[in-house]
Amino acid sequence: MWIRLLKTMIKQSGQSIKRSRNMSIASIGSVSATLLVLGIVLALVLNMTNITDKTKDDFDQVQAYVQLGLKENPTPSFKDQMLAIDGVESVEFVAKEQALEDMKSRLNDNEDILEGLEKNPFQNAYTVNLKDVEKADKVVEQIEKIEGIDDVLYQKGVIDKLVNVADVTRVAGLILIGILLVISIFIISNTIKTTVIARQTEIGIMKYVGATNGFIRGPFIIEGIVLGIIGAIISIVIVMFGYKYLIEIFNTSLNGMLSSYLVPTKAILNDVTIIFITLGAGVGALGSVISLRKFLKV
Amino acid sequence: MIEYINISKKYSSGVMALSNINLKIKKGEFVFLVGSSGAGKTSLVKLLLKEIEPTKGKIMVNDVDITQIKNREIPFLRRNIGVVFQDFRLLPNKTIFENIAFAKEIIGTPQDEIKTRVEEVLELVGLIGKKDCYPNELSGGEQQRISIARAIVNKPEIVVADEPTGNLDPETAKGIMNLLKEINDIGTTVIMVTHAQEIVNLMEKRVIAINGGKVVRDEEGGAYYNVD
Repeated sequence: MWIRLLKTMIKQSGQSIKRSRNMSIASIGSVSATLLVLGIVLALVLNMTNITDKTKDDFDQVQAYVQLGLKENPTPSFKDQMLAIDGVESVEFVAKEQALEDMKSRLNDNEDILEGLEKNPFQNAYTVNLKDVEKADKVVEQIEKIEGIDDVLYQKGVIDKLVNVADVTRVAGLILIGILLVISIFIISNTIKTTVIARQTEIGIMKYVGATNGFIRGPFIIEGIVLGIIGAIISIVIVMFGYKYLIEIFNTSLNGMLSSYLVPTKAILNDVTIIFITLGAGVGALGSVISLRKFLKV
Repeated sequence: MIEYINISKKYSSGVMALSNINLKIKKGEFVFLVGSSGAGKTSLVKLLLKEIEPTKGKIMVNDVDITQIKNREIPFLRRNIGVVFQDFRLLPNKTIFENIAFAKEIIGTPQDEIKTRVEEVLELVGLIGKKDCYPNELSGGEQQRISIARAIVNKPEIVVADEPTGNLDPETAKGIMNLLKEINDIGTTVIMVTHAQEIVNLMEKRVIAINGGKVVRDEEGGAYYNVD
């Protein structure tokens, strides 16, 4: 019996979507637009988080540069002095020749940039791996005190900035999405309202012949959910193709330098689909319920 | 089976529509509710359908006080009361068959059962040949027959007709009355609100006259006006 009732309800909502085509298109459009913005924010936030995480991995180390022209290792050696500092995990010597080679391999095809160099611009350096990124400031302070160490390079500032930008994007995105969701709910509830008004006689008769409220509401809620889901599907398609296209552009134009930092399309497809469909259906259902509350007093 | 006990209804506008009504309608009775406009006839009907709540009193239907039932139980009360309106209230975009089937669909009856029962009631109202027509292709009398068919399709124990002949010429009205009588003869309680003196006088059924929110006359086999 429930399946039969559901079939009747689905039939009714299908008819009403067709009947109020313009409003339905407006509803679908508003859900799509909202979720599209959500998609953009999501892509930005996910990638920023990813970049921040990856950068953190890269920068849980400090570069300590040895003064130019310094020929001999002091006693105790630089390495031992550094290892003695609290919070240091390991220390590795990077000869300036090695540094040059590294740079060359990192530039791969663009090696010619370095061709005009008369001498190696790099300094001998130590790569100090930290036990804990949080203690980085203290370690840096200590290393700077070691005699013969010219400069200490630590990219904490970069990470802090990235984290900051990611946070701001996330908050601003959430506010924007919140506003857009409310607008979508409003538009859907108006669409449903027009159908409710158009079908008022029918609803009246339904009540007189003893249709339950659930049965009367059902088709409208299904209508709202269907509109929401159609909107969600459209935005999923746009977001996923758009994202794939952008990733490809970044990867080809920047010689793949960024590719490890960007979240691949496949990794977000599932989450985006689930989040969007849920939100679309939720917005649709909520929109219907709001408009029905006022109109369906028995 | 229907009993109004000390029913009063005061609308929020301050109008006292009904005051201290006591009425008993037995199963299988045919009752006319007569009285001038605004006398309170419609309020009595609305109370029975639980469209409005009484300010005071109880209404018993099959020994259940319907003023006490919960909102979600209202649909089940209404399934036992078929309603016929003066203006037919058929859905213009549905065929005759669909208009009647609709009342069964919404309570989840299987399709084959719907078909059998709808054809049965169409046969009863004499319009089986018009089942694929749309309401605007039918005359007023035919439309009212369809609306009666819809009212009885779920086999209610009670049929409430609110001025069912109000929009019809006298000849057609007689046909409708015969149909209602037929429905009454198979055991359905019929409550009819009307202004049509001729019909009331012709039928010689119980007449309840309402005036100023009070029952002023309740007479078996009565006429529209008290002849005394």
